[in-house]
Amino acid sequence: MFPYKKYLRLDKFPHIWCTGCGCGIVMKAMLRAIDRAGIQKDDVAIVSGIGCSSRTPGYLDFNTLHTHHGRAIAFATGLKLAKPRLKVIVVTGDGDATAIGGNHFIHAARRNLDMTVLLYNNHIYGMTGGQVSPTTPFGKKASTAPYGSTEPDFDISNLAIAAGAAFVARSTCYHATQLDKLIEKALLKKGFALIEVLTQCPTYYGRPNRLGSAVDMLKYYKENSIPVETARKLSPEEIKGKITIGVLHDIERPEFCEEYQKLVDRVRIKNE
Amino acid sequence: MRKIALMTGNEACAEAAIVAGMRFFAGYPITPSSEIAEVLSRRLPEVGGVFIQMEDEIASMGAIIGASLAGVKSMTATSGPGFSLMQENIGYASMAEVPVVVVDVQRGGPSTGLPTLPSQADVMQARWGTHGDHPVIAVAPATVQETYEWTIKAFNLSEKYRVPVILLMDEIVGHLNEKIVIPERSEIEIINRKLTTDPPEKYLPYKITEDDIPPIAHYGTGYRFNVTGLSHDESGFPTNDPVKIDALYRRINRKIERYKNEIISYKTELLDDAEVCLVTYGSTARSAKRAMYEARAAGIKVGLFQLYVIWPFPYEKLRELAVRIKKFIVPEMNLGQIAHEVECATRTEAIKVNRVDGSPVTPGEILEQIRHVSV
Ligand SMILES: Cc1ncc(C[n+]2csc(CCOP(=O)(O)OP(=O)(O)O)c2C)c(N)n1
Ligand code: SF4
Repeated sequence: MFPYKKYLRLDKFPHIWCTGCGCGIVMKAMLRAIDRAGIQKDDVAIVSGIGCSSRTPGYLDFNTLHTHHGRAIAFATGLKLAKPRLKVIVVTGDGDATAIGGNHFIHAARRNLDMTVLLYNNHIYGMTGGQVSPTTPFGKKASTAPYGSTEPDFDISNLAIAAGAAFVARSTCYHATQLDKLIEKALLKKGFALIEVLTQCPTYYGRPNRLGSAVDMLKYYKENSIPVETARKLSPEEIKGKITIGVLHDIERPEFCEEYQKLVDRVRIKNE
Repeated sequence: MRKIALMTGNEACAEAAIVAGMRFFAGYPITPSSEIAEVLSRRLPEVGGVFIQMEDEIASMGAIIGASLAGVKSMTATSGPGFSLMQENIGYASMAEVPVVVVDVQRGGPSTGLPTLPSQADVMQARWGTHGDHPVIAVAPATVQETYEWTIKAFNLSEKYRVPVILLMDEIVGHLNEKIVIPERSEIEIINRKLTTDPPEKYLPYKITEDDIPPIAHYGTGYRFNVTGLSHDESGFPTNDPVKIDALYRRINRKIERYKNEIISYKTELLDDAEVCLVTYGSTARSAKRAMYEARAAGIKVGLFQLYVIWPFPYEKLRELAVRIKKFIVPEMNLGQIAHEVECATRTEAIKVNRVDGSPVTPGEILEQIRHVSV
């Protein structure tokens, strides 16, 4: 078995997550990815906002920073720029990253600042008890959308691509072994890398929408996901309602820290 | 050698911050503070520092906290509306004890208010702007020279006590061009945060020490600690233990309270025989001083009490003065925010001279009140 214990703060367990929650699956995939990428514990900084997903760093033996709701990327920006050799991973929820933190999210993608954003998309506000999120699908119920949501939901991955991210991938908690490979790729990518993970929240999303148990929700991911390579060959009608998974976007763009360093070098040479 | 220069308060603030060792600035443009960002966007790359214009003030405040935790002295600068947006993360810096300097070049408010005109109406926001019982230090220079000196001192206080320090300038100080004497480096005291000497496996980021100020470690130096805005124990992890919660809140507030006599700073002039005392700060102190000299020339016994540090407030010193001072006059560009504190301290009614129309309080207006109370 993979030596998870090497990376855990064992004295912080038991964790706060509900039985069947997807958060632990994503956390473990991240640990496997960090291990495979060969990054040392001292060189990893994990920054999170507020939410169930954002509790992840507390359990992990890295440099960890638990910030305010929506602000993880802003804090991470300062941390990364002040110490560019750190591998900065942001752990965030759908509400955290695309509602209250939406502005920070799109601007970090635009700047193409070198960081990996691991976004747990459970379509709901878990921590506060199941309120509607920008990613709650139209018609689905939430504690503040008792009649079903009347708003269209965000396509987070597309949002990141449009904003300028260098690397964007999507996966689900069912595809745990694909997920760690995608996270590994993201960690090795220079630039802003987003991994959107569809994560089951059986408690506050599954229950009001009668989606069954955590296992049923995982089965749903299994049956409704299609690899991006397949999806590209299909018409928009054929992929409607499907979850496209895999590397959606991978391009080379100037990275912010490197560009800034070039500027510093230029200015200093000129002044000598 | 000392250098003589002509510069604005905003420029002096930017230059002094670099001297203090600041190497990370994140900000969002807003009048009347923007020149600080402009100067630093040019100057920081020259000294190998980082300048970044963020998407808003919330992000700017977050970024400077992140950078400070990596071990780099950090600053942001803003004005009223931006200062409001920063309050959330100023609370974080208080709670997580992260040294940062926040410059607020005050303009008229509330709301968008008076973008290009001066005000001193953020003094209470500087104290109580973020929620909860929290520690803070705020300082207010009156001249370009004082801006230079107090910017450096703001960093020193922040580093020493692990608190956010608010540098409360006002539009007049920020935009005024005047002569300044730049001290030699050897004359300038620079204080750096106290680093831990404990090995990583023993390190407690919020260790309860005799001095109430836990030694700091930086991210990426082998200390894999946790920082959170939740109430936490010595180890830096969230706790719901009432004893530990109580200890944390009391300590972070006590750490300023117990050192207040070292932190508090003010200047007095002609107070020894004074019957009337002008309590003043920021650019208004300049008008007050002029009024004092004119009153003295007319034989009125008036003295000056100029606050450099506004928070913590010198209640005890003013209480002592109240034994022999007959009247306290508090001129300010707001509706009496500091006058209220003076009243609390002296247990007497203060005479308020207020201006909220975007104009400075004039020496004439202050003189009129001095004459009025001295008849
Ligand atoms: C400024 C602010 N507003 C609101 C909250 C309350 N709050 C905490 S977590 C949360 C939503 C969490 O949802 P999400 O980001 O999707 O994460 P999840 O819990 O589902 O993992 C909210 C609204 C807060 N902590 N701070
Ligand atoms: S509420 Fe949902 S997201 Fe939060 S721990 Fe429970 S299952 Fe997970």
